[in-house]
Amino acid sequence: MNHSIRWVSAVAGLMFFALLANITGSYLFRGPELTNSPLNQRVLQEQFGWPRGPLMAGNTPIVESVAVDSYLWANKRVYNNGPMYAPITGYYSLNFGRSRLEQVYNAELTSTSDSQLMARVMDALAGRSTQGAIVQTTINPAAQAAAWEAMQGRKGAVVAVDYTTGALLAYVSTPSYDPADLASSDLDHVVDAWDAYNDDPARPMADRAGREIYPPGSTFKLVTTAAALEAGWRPDTLVDSPKELPLPNSEHVLENFGQVGCGGERITMLDAMKVSCNTAYANIGMALGADALRNQAEKFGFNEGFMSDIGSATSNFPSEMDAAQTAMSAIGQFEVAATPLQMTMVAAAIANRGVLMEPYLVSELRNPDLSVLSIHAKNPIRQALSQQSAGILASMMIENVNSGGGDDAAMDGLTVGGKTGTAQWDTDEHPYYWFVGFVEESHVAIGVFIEETKSGDPQWSGGAAGPVFKAVAEALR
Amino acid sequence: MTRASTATSTPTRRGVELALVLFGFGIATGGYLLYYLNNNAPIPTNWWFPFAAWLGMSLAAHIVVRRAAPYADPVLLPCVLLLNGLGLAMLNRLDSGIGSAAAVQLRWTALAIVVACVALVALRDYRVLERYTYSLFLLGAALLVLPLLPVIGQDKNGSQIWIEIFGYSFQPAEIAKIVLTFAFASYLSDHRERLKTAGTKVLGITWPRLADTLPIGVMWLSALAILVFQNDLGTSLLFFGLFVMMLYVATDSPAWPIIGGLAFAAAAVLVYTQTTRVQIRVESWLNPFADVDQNYQIIEGQFGMAWGGLFGRGWGMGRPGRIPIVNSDFISAAFGEELGLIGLMAIIILYAIIVMRSLRAALMAREWFGKLLASGLGFVFALQVFAIIGGVTRLLPLTGLTTPFISQGGSSLLANWVIIAILLRLSHQARAPIELDNAVEVVNLEDEETVALEVVAAAPASPRPAVPTAPTAAPQEAALEAPAATPRGANA
Repeated sequence: MNHSIRWVSAVAGLMFFALLANITGSYLFRGPELTNSPLNQRVLQEQFGWPRGPLMAGNTPIVESVAVDSYLWANKRVYNNGPMYAPITGYYSLNFGRSRLEQVYNAELTSTSDSQLMARVMDALAGRSTQGAIVQTTINPAAQAAAWEAMQGRKGAVVAVDYTTGALLAYVSTPSYDPADLASSDLDHVVDAWDAYNDDPARPMADRAGREIYPPGSTFKLVTTAAALEAGWRPDTLVDSPKELPLPNSEHVLENFGQVGCGGERITMLDAMKVSCNTAYANIGMALGADALRNQAEKFGFNEGFMSDIGSATSNFPSEMDAAQTAMSAIGQFEVAATPLQMTMVAAAIANRGVLMEPYLVSELRNPDLSVLSIHAKNPIRQALSQQSAGILASMMIENVNSGGGDDAAMDGLTVGGKTGTAQWDTDEHPYYWFVGFVEESHVAIGVFIEETKSGDPQWSGGAAGPVFKAVAEALR
Repeated sequence: MTRASTATSTPTRRGVELALVLFGFGIATGGYLLYYLNNNAPIPTNWWFPFAAWLGMSLAAHIVVRRAAPYADPVLLPCVLLLNGLGLAMLNRLDSGIGSAAAVQLRWTALAIVVACVALVALRDYRVLERYTYSLFLLGAALLVLPLLPVIGQDKNGSQIWIEIFGYSFQPAEIAKIVLTFAFASYLSDHRERLKTAGTKVLGITWPRLADTLPIGVMWLSALAILVFQNDLGTSLLFFGLFVMMLYVATDSPAWPIIGGLAFAAAAVLVYTQTTRVQIRVESWLNPFADVDQNYQIIEGQFGMAWGGLFGRGWGMGRPGRIPIVNSDFISAAFGEELGLIGLMAIIILYAIIVMRSLRAALMAREWFGKLLASGLGFVFALQVFAIIGGVTRLLPLTGLTTPFISQGGSSLLANWVIIAILLRLSHQARAPIELDNAVEVVNLEDEETVALEVVAAAPASPRPAVPTAPTAAPQEAALEAPAATPRGANA
């Protein structure tokens, strides 16, 4: 009997050994995965009270963590000018997760990224609490504020970019929301705010600058012109510009905006741009063909999207088109749809001698002691059009502002080039108004998109969007 | 040859027990205080009450052991008090100043300790129970069936293992555990010779006759019935494992665990293929993340323990409240979260110590009934801890068992304290020096050289000659059972 009792003891010992081995194995092998699980509310809740690093615009923190005297969470996230910066910063919410830069740089902001391992170890050894990294954005607070002010009461977006580097200087979407509402520790308030924002028909949480695509209208004529120049056309090349253009194999008859003529049955391409002649550009598009247009559009970033960190919507240039559809696409209609960011980058590449720079929002990450953790080097995506074509197109745009349809954006002492756009997307609705252009002296490209004007605004693209362009250009002068 | 009476110099070790009890008191009350200190919360103004109550109960238990079973194992009681105290501190922490689980549990603990003390004193000669083999069987079976009765039977979390009387919920299986261990021990100590000797030898193992497999067949069917009708995997596993293990101990024949293992495997396959409940349990065990809503409890337990890491968040610093029913089934996950891998290991080792001490008492016990009882109680305890902590930590599929002494629940507490009382009594009996008028029955198996022939001759006859007692002690129990060495072998 004692013999078997000893065996039973061995079995019992083995069971306890299995329990101990299993929890040790769990700790070693399952632990990291469990801790990083997005379902792990413990970690989310714990981190919610951690001090996160600030997001900076210039020398001003636009988001920062502030210590509060609270039992649950020792820090709260403060959004300075929250609505103005919301499409950049995103929100940091206990209930609804994170978005935009708050999400993309979460590991760095909480100092849990691999590159911060040494800092964490040193802090632990020194008994300091670890501070998150500082995220330096490229945003110019003055330009951002100017764009925000100019867009008040209007739905739309403004993007400004330094075309020599791709650094985004302004990135505004209106109407907006206040991330502070979602980052609150008053969870009832957070849920109410979330519901209210999502139920609002004005869609304040939409990022109209980079995450929505709209028909670009006549601003797309810049792409068509670029394709024509690359194909050997010149500004003085004559184009048929009838008052009415029946489209092939279609019952649709294309007219010019306001059913007016373009100043002759046959005009130069430069004049066609200055009066934004639809029939002329439809003829250019049909002459070049769908493939040439698509090729040029894709060189500017269509069908591809921008920004590896916060990401953008992909602007669309359709495939498989007949002649009528190609004609409509050449004037930015049919299924052509672009983000305001995309159209700004078209102007930027033209102004930057044809080189399309990758737009970016974060210039560097710094440790709390201000040493640099990582830095964003400027990154040319490609030569979107030849330097020569770019130079010609830029001067055509300048001409357009000086003595053409873009004159609403003319500014004293500055060399401004630009192109207006009016996209009639529904005959019963107001059209979308666009203006994209550049300022040579401050080497910035600015895109303005107005989805809905304020009552009393001029109802043409230059009148609606031009003043916004000028306000931002003034702030960047 | 040494006289058995030389054992009179055996130290009682009560001083060691007292020191360990006080040490455990410090750890448990430390946990209670740390919860408040860690949260910068004011310590309740009546903090002295749980302190005084717990110290009083600890010391009372110690004093009763000192008086009634002075040679009892000195480590058992402190381990149990420490576990119980930690459980109370954790329940208080899980109450977070709102619930009243800890207060209720403290009252249950008081009752359990009183019952255990009464049992310790009353069962001075636990062998009287050996006569009631079949009554005990019937009582155990009746207790197991109780939850299926209308009115008092309760269905909780899908298992029909509760009864409710006057608003008090009770798990009769906890009491049945003890009653049936007694019944098995008594049955097997009576029938061990027959079960042991009859049979055919194949592959070096003596296989039992078919007729002798009837009891194990009955147990197998009962276990299956519990599983099917009460939906309780844990309880059925517990009773079947207990019975097989006791058969093995009684007969020394590995045939029984083999038969039991095969029968268990057959039942497992049968139940797995015929019902969905066990399939769900197995799926939840292997792939908890496949169905997050259904396996929320397991997943939250896993998150909690992972978050606890090596050293834990500290008392009151974790969020064990996120785990559903954390007070009972998943309290070990709460310990893993707040005291870490280290703390959970310490708790498992405390259980291991209790089990090893009871198996040691079984080795030292001087008669069959006591051996079977001690090894049975020790093993069923080990099995229960293995099943529940293994389930919570994803070593095994989850079964609905309580975590002895630390999880919330009166019946479990009461039953486990009674088990400890019996083990204390058994270990006392095993370690106590042999008194002359007891010498016939008492053989110290650990004392290798003792052959108490003269004593036997001088002693009065055994009060119960039918009991397979052996008047000699020998290094191997083979000698104990060899009739040649026995002047008056009881039933050789």
